[in-house]
This record gives sequence, structure tokens and C-alpha cells, in this order.
Amino acid sequence: MASIKMIEHDGTEHEVAIEDGKSLMELATDNAVPGIDADCGGDCACGTCHVIVGDKWFPNTGVANNDEQQMLDMTPERASTSRLACQIKITEAMDGMVVRLPEFQM
Amino acid sequence: MSIEATVVNTATKFVPMHLQIKAIHRALKVKNKLLKNTPFKPRKVPEFAELPIPDVNTLALDEIDVSNPFLFRQQQWQPYFKRLRDECPVHYQKSSPFGPFWSVTRYDDIQYVDKHHELFSSEPIIFLGDRPEGLPLETFIAMDPPRHDVHRKSVQSVVAPQNLKEMEGLIRERAQEVLDSLPTDKPFDWVQAVSIELTARMLATLLDYPYENRAELVYISDVVGGNAESTGGTYADMDETFKAAADMVKKFTALWHDKKRREAAGEAPGFDLISLMQNNEHTKDIVNRPLEFMGNLALLVVGGNDTTRNSMTGGVLALNEFPNEFQKLKQNPSLIPNMVSEIIRWQTPLAYMRRVAKQDVELGGKTIKKGDKVLMWYVSGNRDERKIDNPDEFIIDRKGARNHLSFGFGIHRCMGNRLAEMQLRILWEELLVRFDKIEVIGEPDYVQSNFVKGYSKMMVKLTRKT
Repeated sequence: MASIKMIEHDGTEHEVAIEDGKSLMELATDNAVPGIDADCGGDCACGTCHVIVGDKWFPNTGVANNDEQQMLDMTPERASTSRLACQIKITEAMDGMVVRLPEFQM
Repeated sequence: MSIEATVVNTATKFVPMHLQIKAIHRALKVKNKLLKNTPFKPRKVPEFAELPIPDVNTLALDEIDVSNPFLFRQQQWQPYFKRLRDECPVHYQKSSPFGPFWSVTRYDDIQYVDKHHELFSSEPIIFLGDRPEGLPLETFIAMDPPRHDVHRKSVQSVVAPQNLKEMEGLIRERAQEVLDSLPTDKPFDWVQAVSIELTARMLATLLDYPYENRAELVYISDVVGGNAESTGGTYADMDETFKAAADMVKKFTALWHDKKRREAAGEAPGFDLISLMQNNEHTKDIVNRPLEFMGNLALLVVGGNDTTRNSMTGGVLALNEFPNEFQKLKQNPSLIPNMVSEIIRWQTPLAYMRRVAKQDVELGGKTIKKGDKVLMWYVSGNRDERKIDNPDEFIIDRKGARNHLSFGFGIHRCMGNRLAEMQLRILWEELLVRFDKIEVIGEPDYVQSNFVKGYSKMMVKLTRKT
């Protein structure tokens, strides 16, 4: 089974099965992964689905556009591989990808 | 920066700001006196007299004016906004007492406007009406990027979750004190005894303001948010507004210098707003830019006051109107966090935010012209049947309760959202362990405003848990 691993800030791991075409945010909320609020429903307008992508997987997630950069800029936990999960389209090629969740969503 | 701001900032090097405010006030009075009998009429502060609001179905669409500051008090806002959502979701009112403005009333359209700050500017202010003449405060809620980003970043850590974790214990203790002192043998005013008291304590903590003087913060917030010219509120007396502004700046400037001295003497910097501003590269000299200094303080005070206060009252009212939900809550207190989001949606304590179109924009089949004022009516979008099932129902375990508009979306999204949620969560956790019944007696009194959707009084009778 192709899957993605999401690790909460306290270390709790969640392995979720890949569903092609969904966003990472949808994958997380559909699988009840805690710590992804997604207040705006996936419109890149609230910043509450912040994730930190594993270094080697970061290039596979695409490029954050201007809107996303601005929302990420508002979180103090921003890291160099931060993304908004609603802006990452899932593909089969992401099998094995690891992402970490911040301590807080803003 | 405006010309006024440059003048004030320069003058501040020589004349204390509170004396300047007094001087501006005197100059305006003279100007208005001189203009009185000339064709150049002085700017008039409107006063609003309450008249019964007609049934919306007796009006033509272009007669509908949702800027009426009595729309909430007279409980007419629901049919008014429903008609706009159904028949004219992007609506133009060409001759309100606040001048012409557009209303955006559906959830999706509001989210679009809020997100597109490159099309819709937040400057110079987010109220429908103008700022009081002579007091052009500068606050980042009313700035566009890139200035906005710099200002917001310099102060947002005061309400960042990391800071809140440090403060949770203190907030809970203070809430317990207030709740333990409430009478259970007679009805009392919930707004004064709980909502105002708890938010005042919180603000005094955030600003490290002298605790015993916390009522002054409530007063400042009421004057700014209740300005007649800006929101149709009850503060139309400009003498009072100027006096309050001068007083505020004097006290906060003293607080600033006192803190600087304490820190110089070796005291560790606190987690309060003033300490944070003093230790940030962009704001360490903000005291010399008084319109910004006051703007930041006013934003925190108003932003943390009317919002949480009215959600604290609104939650009690909602559970009285939907008593089955209170039963549900008592059986399952783990629903509190979800209920908090539902309270914030159901109440929507700030009814709208204003924008100004930076270019012609097509929206909902209408053309909003460059320079037009646009109101995003969160209070309407939060009841949009197209987005939310049974939107007028209060459902504490509502699915997707977090997807409400009350915090706004995009770069101006409410900075204090996590603080607000925490305060409300603590309040309900502490209420549930103490009281079995929280009964609203009679009808609450509502605030006069088109901006603040809130309560001035609500009598409540408590029954202690046995």
C-alpha cells in the first residue's frame, strides 16, 4: 500500500494511504490526523494546515506560490521546508513521504 | 505614511503626543467655527436617532441600507441579509449616512474579497465610516503589504500559541476568581460581571497594564469601537473622544518609559505587548511614532475586547435559545472546543470588515469601481445556506464548525484567534464544573453599532451544581 507518514509534534505517527488527486490536507482530515485544522477548507487563506516536509521530499511537493508564502510567513514555526498541506497535490510518487506537524497551527 | 502622520511624528520629538492631541483638537474647533457660516461646511459627526426599521420585504432592493446601526438591536439583520444573499448578493447602497458602499453577503464571495488584498485595500480603515478628523491612527489591520507584514510580525508573538501556553494558568485562575464571586441567589448582569470583567483582566495581562485600572482599557475600547462617525455608535461627542485619546497616549507612554527603566535596571523582559515591541527591531522606537504606537495599542485593545466579550455573552444566550444543546454539553464536556467555534460563528461579534477596490472588479455580476468601499459582511456569510447547513441553528457538535468567517481569511486573519478560543474554552470548562443552570432572564439589551454585534446588558440567574 502506497502511504505517507505524518508525525505529530509529540512524535505520534500516522500512516495514511495515498489517494491520488487529493490534497495532503484532505488526506489528513479524511483520516482524522489531529493537528490539521484547515479552517478555510483548502483555499490557501488561513494557514492552519501547516506541515514541515522531510528534506528529501520537499522538491516533490511543488513550489509554494505567493499566496502560500504570505500565509506561511505568519507562523512563527515556519521552517525552510514548510508548506500548506492544502496546496500539496498527492501523487503515487509520494509513496514513503514523511511530513511533520508543527506544535501549533496559527 | 500620511502627511498628518509625518507632522505628528516630527513634532513628537519636541512636544509630548498628548499635548499635541489637545492642540489638534483646539485647532479643529477653531476651524469648524470659522467654516460654520461659509460654503465650506465643517465635517459633521452624525448622531443617530433610533426609528423602527421597516420589514425588508416592503422595500425596493436599492432602498435596503444595512449600515443602519439599529439593525442588530431590532433583530432585523437576519431577514435583511437573507434577502440580499438571495436576490442581490453583491449590493450597492448609494446614499447611506456613511456615503455609498457595496455589501458582499455570500460566504464564497466574502472569502474571495478577503483573500485578494491586491484587488481590495484595507487602507485607511476597516470601519464603514471615516476615522475621527484629526486622529488618523495607523494600525496594521488597516495597512496593505509590505507595511502590514512588518508591523504584524513585530507584535503577533504576544498572542502566538507559544506565549499563550505560558499564560493559560493565569487566565484560568483569573476566570475562577470571577466565577466564584458570582451570586447564585439573585439575577445579575452577565455582561458587566463576567464578559467585561474577564476580557478586561485578559487585556491588562496582555498589556501589563496596572491591574487595578483595567476598566480604563474597556473605556478606551468602547470609545474607539463606538465612534459615531466610524460605526454609528453612541460616542458622537468629539470632546470626549479627544480627551480619551490624549489620556490613553499619556498613560501608555508613561508605561513604556517605566518598562524601559525597569529593564535597564536588570528586570527580565515580560511577555506583554510593550516588552515585545521594545525588543523588536522594527518597533523599538515606535514610541516616537505615536500614531503607530497608539494604533497598535488600540488594535489590541479593541480587537481583544468587543470580540471575546460578546462571544462570552452570546454563548450563554445561544444555549438558552437551544436548551437541548446545553443538555448535550453537560453530557459531553469534550465538545467544548467545537462549541467554541460554533459560538464564534453564531455570534459573529464583528459584523464586517471594510475594503476599498484598488481597480474595477467584477463580482457577482456587478462591477465594483476602483475606489468604491466594499463591506464583507461576515455576519451574513456565517448564515449563508449555500455553505452551511441549517445556519440559523446553534449546534455544538456541528461538523466543520471551524470553517466560519468570523476571524476573516487571508493576510488579515485575526491574530488573536487562538487567544479568543482559549479564553472561551476556559470560561466554559470552569462554568460547567460550577453551575447546573445558566438561565437568561428576559431579553438582552443590544449595542448600537453597525460593526459590533453585541450586548450591553443580559440578566442571568445561576444555579449551583449540587
